[in-house]
Amino acid sequence: MEKILTSFIDVEAPHTIEVARAHGVYDGLKKSIGMDRDELIASFKASGLRGRGGAGFPCGVKMSFMPKDPSPQRPSYLICNADESEPGTFKDRVILEKNPHLLIEGMMISSYAMRCSCAFLYIRGEYGHAARVLFEAVEEARKAGFVGKNILGSGWDCDLVVHRGAAAYICGEETALMDSLEGGRGNPRLKPPFPAQAGLYGCPTTINNVETLSCLPYIVEHGPEAFAAIGRNERNTGPKLFAVSGHVKTPGVFELPMGIPLMELIEDVCGGMLRPDKKLKAVIPGGSSVPVLRAEECQDLPLDFDAVAERGSMFGSAAVMVMDETTDMVKVLARISHFYAHESCGQCTPCREGTPWLEKVLQRIARGGGREGDLALLDDMAARMMGTTICPLADAAAMPVRSFVEKFREEFEYYIKHGRSMVSAG
Amino acid sequence: MYGEEFEKQVDQIVARYPQPRGALMPALHLAQETHGYVTPAAEAWIADRLGLKAAYVHGVTTFYTMYRTGKTGTYLLQLCTTVSCMLRGCDHVLEHIKQRLGIEEGETTPDGTFTLVTVECLGSCGTAPMMQVNDEYYEDLDIERTDALLDALANGESPKPGPGPLRVIVE
Ligand SMILES: Cc1cc2nc3c(=O)[nH]c(=O)nc-3n(C[C@H](O)[C@H](O)[C@H](O)COP(=O)(O)O)c2cc1C
Ligand code: SF4
Ligand code: FES
Repeated sequence: MEKILTSFIDVEAPHTIEVARAHGVYDGLKKSIGMDRDELIASFKASGLRGRGGAGFPCGVKMSFMPKDPSPQRPSYLICNADESEPGTFKDRVILEKNPHLLIEGMMISSYAMRCSCAFLYIRGEYGHAARVLFEAVEEARKAGFVGKNILGSGWDCDLVVHRGAAAYICGEETALMDSLEGGRGNPRLKPPFPAQAGLYGCPTTINNVETLSCLPYIVEHGPEAFAAIGRNERNTGPKLFAVSGHVKTPGVFELPMGIPLMELIEDVCGGMLRPDKKLKAVIPGGSSVPVLRAEECQDLPLDFDAVAERGSMFGSAAVMVMDETTDMVKVLARISHFYAHESCGQCTPCREGTPWLEKVLQRIARGGGREGDLALLDDMAARMMGTTICPLADAAAMPVRSFVEKFREEFEYYIKHGRSMVSAG
Repeated sequence: MYGEEFEKQVDQIVARYPQPRGALMPALHLAQETHGYVTPAAEAWIADRLGLKAAYVHGVTTFYTMYRTGKTGTYLLQLCTTVSCMLRGCDHVLEHIKQRLGIEEGETTPDGTFTLVTVECLGSCGTAPMMQVNDEYYEDLDIERTDALLDALANGESPKPGPGPLRVIVE
């Protein structure tokens, strides 16, 4: 497959505007300006592009929710979500550091189509290097007339503001991100109202992931059909960045068509298992909050939104975490639960109380002090957390617990019975 | 109190946002860069400048892990211990650093050079184990690379950040 998002990241200084323009970046923006805005949005719908931030909502459909008559009193905003904090996810960082102009181009195309007067790029605080690259890239783009006043002589003004977060996973949730961007604590808001009705500063807002926005220039230049021709079927189209980590020989970020089989990704793209004599045990296919898959469930599995959902897990952020047979699943789950307990914003009781409880019980089992009834307790707590909170973080904490305990039950039982790991017992 | 330069920068930040409050997080980052952490005096100054209550500003400071409210060593070592780093052996790296520096998590060496903390996934899982030192990422850390890094930092050098030559697993 021709690379679209990472085509020139290996050349010298890919982040500079000269190199980017030499590779055709901003040609799509030039083409968009002057095009009919609604036709642009229709072409994004026709491309089948689904959001790359986790939920897979169709990008063009989301854009069509925005008002057609923004005013200076009630302007429209675009936000690019570069919070990238779901454990195992490190794909957006490649675009942010190596191809920032493609992202800026995508943001400006989207802002144009939705008649926005300002676009914000919210980047996680720890990405200091990427933030410096972006500040510089935005200034380059401003000088070249792609950002700011009277863009490319069209009379349309749109600024682009880069905003650094400060290490809070919850700020990746779209409404928490808006609170954070407004200068507050990152507390998710109740929906409705949805962001397109009342988002940032109460104004109509659309929020998209870095990778989603970076797909737009290609669609403008090559047409929705060319984009839709990549991938497994019409519901799972386009190129995708897969971030593979864990027990493979060559982990990393790989741009491949949507729907690449999981085993092909592990064996051909990532060089197979890290230790060739150790067998595959499990894969978390979409970031730490999605249900885990046993090795046998990984066979013949195309990686895309629908195929992974059919297999009972979620495609999420396409963060593929690979575990071999030496992995202690109880310890992995305890570690995952620690993450969610640390990151709960504390607004909802089931999440604020439930996430540390899950962690406490799991740590107790992992330290050899597990009690009879702990597995039922975990399941009960997880069930009470699902679907009962303002945002999906509580579900994100509960889902791995239920799937790990269900699929690797014998390991948890062994720990509780013998006070130690079945894996290291050999 | 912070001098003209600081004020000028805060005013420039304010101009970027639809409302002054939007400038709060960047102003806190700036205060932290200036003093090493967010001091109560900085919070009060920023609150005043943005028309907010100091208590509100403190509420925001303490919501975010990255804003520090106390002094740290010259080098803040933030080792990631989330799942992908765990699978690649970050626990061994953590033990090694603790032993070498003679400190526990959250502590600072007596000479004030290093503070050690563990953090959640830093988005560098393909080059695990890894840690952030002040504002830079050091990746593919085996024991040898960790030692070389700490040696260099202790000598006041700034080693090149980024990935190592090879993906590693620490056992
Ligand atoms: C707890 C939580 C954390 C999230 N973190 C991120 C994130 O780091 N990056 C991201 O793009 N989306 C994240 N999302 C999803 C966003 O809320 C939102 O759906 C997404 O940014 C929309 O963009 P898309 O349609 O392009 O995928 C998160 C959601 C939740 C509930
Ligand atoms: S579910 Fe958790 S993180 Fe989400 S709003 Fe409620 S308390 Fe906050
Ligand atoms: S798990 Fe350590 S960087 Fe992601």
